[in-house]
Amino acid sequence: MTGSVEEFLTARRGTGRPLLVPYVTAGVTPDWTNIVRAYADAGADAVELGFPFSDPMLDGVTIQEAAGRAIAAGTTVRGILDEVATLDAGVPLIAMTYSNLVVQRSVAEFCAALAASGLRGLIVPDSPLEEAGELADAAADAGLDLVLLAAPSSSRARLREIAERSRGFVYALTRMGTTGERGEISEGAARLGRELKELTDRPVLFGFGVSSPARAAELAGHADGVVVASALMRRLLDGARPRELGAYVASLRRALDQGAR
Amino acid sequence: MGEMSWSGRQGVAVPPGARAMGDPGATGRFGGYGGRYVPESLIPACHEIEAAFRAAWGDPEFRGRLDTLLRVYAGRPTPLTPAWRLSRELGITLLLKREDLVHTGSHKINNVVGQALLAHRMGKERLLAETGAGQHGVATATAAALLGLKATVFMGERDIERQELNVLRMNVLGAEVVPVTTGSRTLKDACNEAMRHWVSSVDDSYYCVGSVMGPHPYPWMVREFQRVIGEEARAQCAAELPVGVPDYVVACVGGGSNAAGTFAGFAGTTARLVGVEAEGGAAATFGRAGVLHGFRSLVLQDEHGQVREAHSVAAGLDYPGIGPEHAHLRDGGRARYETVNDDEVVKALLRLARTEGIVAALESSHAVAWVIRAAGSGEIAPGSTVMLTLSGRGDKDIASIKELL
Ligand SMILES: Cc1ncc(COP(=O)(O)O)c(C=O)c1O
Repeated sequence: MTGSVEEFLTARRGTGRPLLVPYVTAGVTPDWTNIVRAYADAGADAVELGFPFSDPMLDGVTIQEAAGRAIAAGTTVRGILDEVATLDAGVPLIAMTYSNLVVQRSVAEFCAALAASGLRGLIVPDSPLEEAGELADAAADAGLDLVLLAAPSSSRARLREIAERSRGFVYALTRMGTTGERGEISEGAARLGRELKELTDRPVLFGFGVSSPARAAELAGHADGVVVASALMRRLLDGARPRELGAYVASLRRALDQGAR
Repeated sequence: MGEMSWSGRQGVAVPPGARAMGDPGATGRFGGYGGRYVPESLIPACHEIEAAFRAAWGDPEFRGRLDTLLRVYAGRPTPLTPAWRLSRELGITLLLKREDLVHTGSHKINNVVGQALLAHRMGKERLLAETGAGQHGVATATAAALLGLKATVFMGERDIERQELNVLRMNVLGAEVVPVTTGSRTLKDACNEAMRHWVSSVDDSYYCVGSVMGPHPYPWMVREFQRVIGEEARAQCAAELPVGVPDYVVACVGGGSNAAGTFAGFAGTTARLVGVEAEGGAAATFGRAGVLHGFRSLVLQDEHGQVREAHSVAAGLDYPGIGPEHAHLRDGGRARYETVNDDEVVKALLRLARTEGIVAALESSHAVAWVIRAAGSGEIAPGSTVMLTLSGRGDKDIASIKELL
């Protein structure tokens, strides 16, 4: 696989398919890299890898629990990167983690280490526009796409700036709240998707609360695709194996493809 | 009474030089610390609160209302009391700024009355708060009742057990107390949960942060609401002391709000500023730079960047970070930060109780413990004057120190 996250996703979108980015917490099980492969085989267009942090302020109970498990099992950034380096999933891998892990040494060192192990993108939910300047430069220097979040509460002016400065795709939050399956998709979600699509040609993906294939298809209708996290992590915490998680991703894939027809 | 002269003249005019700890500007930076590390969803709320605070703080009517409430409701100004007998034992002059005497029993009320007035002015219906010792929770529940707002308080399950009295007080005041069962089940996790709840209720809820932490403008705003401690004490010292300024100004530090408010009154003077942390939660001493709960500061963390759990006999100091301005004051050498252990703290609580008839909170007893140690070792020279902020009263702690008696 060559090129940036954005080139890859834009090319896939060009074939008329809604984009699907499933998530896994790195280190949540000893065989988590098999989950990444299963996602890719089941039709994922990229995979989001959560680097577990002790205090995930934007995560609901499911991803908190997955992160807690991974940390208890001794997962570290270094360890994740070593495993990622041996993983050829065939689709871009995007790290998602919190600022504290990113600033440990320097943001430049962090970005360089990610890129060196083969990651192509980075999402840091507690680093909004105002705080992302240095990180955006470091990511660009390392050849990583820094994905920014857009929220239902963002003003039009902020959305414009987010759309302009985000790389890879724009991560549109379906609602005000944390990750998790519970809760409503806000009415603002469709509006947010439309507004972002007006503002940018970059792919726009919805995340948070994409809890079923039907919902994935519905949301993808307002943008270019979806990120699915808690629905997968809950199945994993309930005991699902990589093959079963792959099957769930395949069901999301089918729903998205049918919705697009 | 001892031989120390004491006039009881305690003016509260703001002396010159008190403004040395200033406005951190639009980015909320104290040197390299502070900032606004929150999800995009919360950024508009942070902007809205900053704008509302700037407007209110410059509005004489708001300032007048706050001032009136602090006087006629909270019981300010608080006295500066000489610790007559303990001073004699230690060979120093120890003055206590009596925040234990304000309504609800700790300095937390100063900040909460300010923020609750602001929330009310902004048209919010509910106050959200995290609490460790329960003092901030009680203060929030109190201010909510006063202004006709609802209150939801997040509290670690472990703290609910050891601060039962305060949980009951919050219930009596009509607040909802939500137990937090994740992580260390203490203050750090209560902060996470309060933030998560805030994201999903930001339209009608106001997050009333309990210390000089969180995203900008909170560290600055909370310090400004606590500045009243330092300004009163500064004026009281000016009226009482031959040289007008104490040699040392000492306060305990959890997140650092009573210390920040105290220091703000003395930063422009020659007084040496000392913050005292719990040994098991000493971010200024054992922490590294990091980002937690929306701000960059010194954080207790392992070599991989996972935040450590703090451990202290005082629930209000069980916090693995420190307010960003304290990290900045430490780096610049304007303030220094010391640690004391649980054992010293309990002994200090008993000693102050038995020499002065004042039962201080375990949190505040950290400051007392350091003064006792430093005066004993000669680090504080004999004859020095020490102004110590006694941040709260110890009623809430009696049950938990029972077995240590
Ligand atoms: C009496 C008392 N003092 C001090 C603190 C610590 O807070 P801060 O460092 O913000 O003053 C608390 C916190 O609960 C407290 O209850």
